[in-house]
Parts: sequence; structure tokens; C-alpha cells
Amino acid sequence: MNHWPFILAAYGVTVGGTAALALWSHVAMRRAEAAADALRGRREERP
Amino acid sequence: MHIFANPRRFLEVTRPLTPWLGWGGALCVAIGLGAGLFLTPPDYLQGQSVRIMYVHVPTAWLGMAGWVGLAVASLMQLVWRHPLAGVAARAIAVPGALFTAICLVTGSVWGRPTWGTWWEWDGRLTSMLILLFLYIAYIALAGASAGKGEGSRVAAIFGLVGAVNIPIIHYSVLWWRTLHQGQSITLKGSTIDGSILWPLPIALVGFSLLFAAIVLMRMRTLLAIARVEARLKRLADA
Repeated sequence: MNHWPFILAAYGVTVGGTAALALWSHVAMRRAEAAADALRGRREERP
Repeated sequence: MHIFANPRRFLEVTRPLTPWLGWGGALCVAIGLGAGLFLTPPDYLQGQSVRIMYVHVPTAWLGMAGWVGLAVASLMQLVWRHPLAGVAARAIAVPGALFTAICLVTGSVWGRPTWGTWWEWDGRLTSMLILLFLYIAYIALAGASAGKGEGSRVAAIFGLVGAVNIPIIHYSVLWWRTLHQGQSITLKGSTIDGSILWPLPIALVGFSLLFAAIVLMRMRTLLAIARVEARLKRLADA
């Protein structure tokens, strides 16, 4: 049996899954921190 | 540890640390997996499929270590009421679940050419599957109780109780001798030949750094969301 398709599938799932979660976490963090900073700016504008 | 209980101080430390952990982890993973794919020889018994070890073993360790971290954070939340402890536990849950799922998938993919089956209900595989279900249950519980004092205590208690499964996973290959092989790496040494073993610690360090970076990013997200909710409440009250 040729093992390489199994090896590539295992590496693909691992690298793809980890990269997808890292990217999703990064985008979610940037959005949430930008929203928090925008609200802080809004509070400072108030008299 | 108590020094970092202050979210402001925590953010001062983690903002510059997160990219170092992420890029350092990605570099170590690239080196470890590249070496595992192209530089190590095939195993005399398993053949080429031994290369799956370099992704399977780190994800298995991190799936288990993730729940240990979740349980420690839950304990700190319950005992010391650290404001960051509950956030840390929630941040660990998703990467812990993902790494446990990847461990199960890569183990199954390795099992087909090696054992001749995708799945076997043996002690190690079943206890790892239970760990995945525990992570999913924790994520649901923590999500439903976010921001509620008593509800988040229930999630923390669940995190502590779920830790019972960790020694069961660890000792399963000793208690029930079925299809999964025994421990190849112990504190006393390894039964794996050095020519095959050396990329594994590099990959393990890499995945651990990536795991830490993901947890820190998720903690920063949860803290930012809490800040937004608090500010919206203050604006509404003003």
C-alpha cells in the first residue's frame, strides 16, 4: 500500500486546521480590539 | 502569576509577545515537519507512515495539555477569583478541541495503512474521543454562561471534573492492552531510534508556541469584547 496519500492527508489536515484557527483568531482579535478602541474614542469625544 | 491578574498589565505583556510566539511557532513547525517529511528515514516496520507521528504526537500532547491548562485556570477562577482565569480557560477550549480532533483524524489516517482499520474502540482512542466531547461540552457551557457569575462557575467546575479523563488517557495503554501501542517516549528515554525521533521535539515546540499564540489572541479577543460591552453599558447609562 502506498502510504504517501495518507501522510499528505494527515499533514494537510494538521497544517490547514492550525493555520485556519490561527487566522480566524487573529482576525477576530483585530476586529474586537478595533471596536474597543473606537468606543474609547467615542467616549473621549463626549463633553 | 498574581501580577498578571490585572488585564491591563496582561495586555502590556501579551501584545508584543503574541507575534513572537506565532511566527516562532510557525518556523519551528515548518522545520520539524519539513525534516519529518524529507530528512528522516522510513521505519523498518511501519514504513513511510511513521512520518504521521510528527503531526499526531504534538496534537495529542497539546489536546491533553490544553485540558490540564483549562483545569488549572478553572481552579484559579474558583479559588482566587482571578479576572483572567475564566478568560484563559475559555480561550484554551477551542484550540484544545481542534488539536484533539486533529489527533483523532491523524491517528485514524495512520491506523488505516498500519493497523488495517480507521477506528478501533480501544482505551486510548475512546478516551481521546471522550476528551473531544468534553471540550465541545465545555465550549457550549462556557458560551451559554459568558458574563454570568454562577454560570461561569458551573463551567469552571466542569473544567475541573473533566480533568479526571487526563490520567485515564495517559494510563489507558497500560491498563487496557489492545491495539494502540504502549508509551514510546517516557522520562527515562525513548524506544524510537534517534534518526527518526529528532524532528519530533522541534515540531512539538512549534505547535506548543502556536497553541500559546492562539490562546493569547483568543484571550485578547474576549477581553476586548468585555471592554466593548462595559463601555456600551456606560454609554447607555450616561
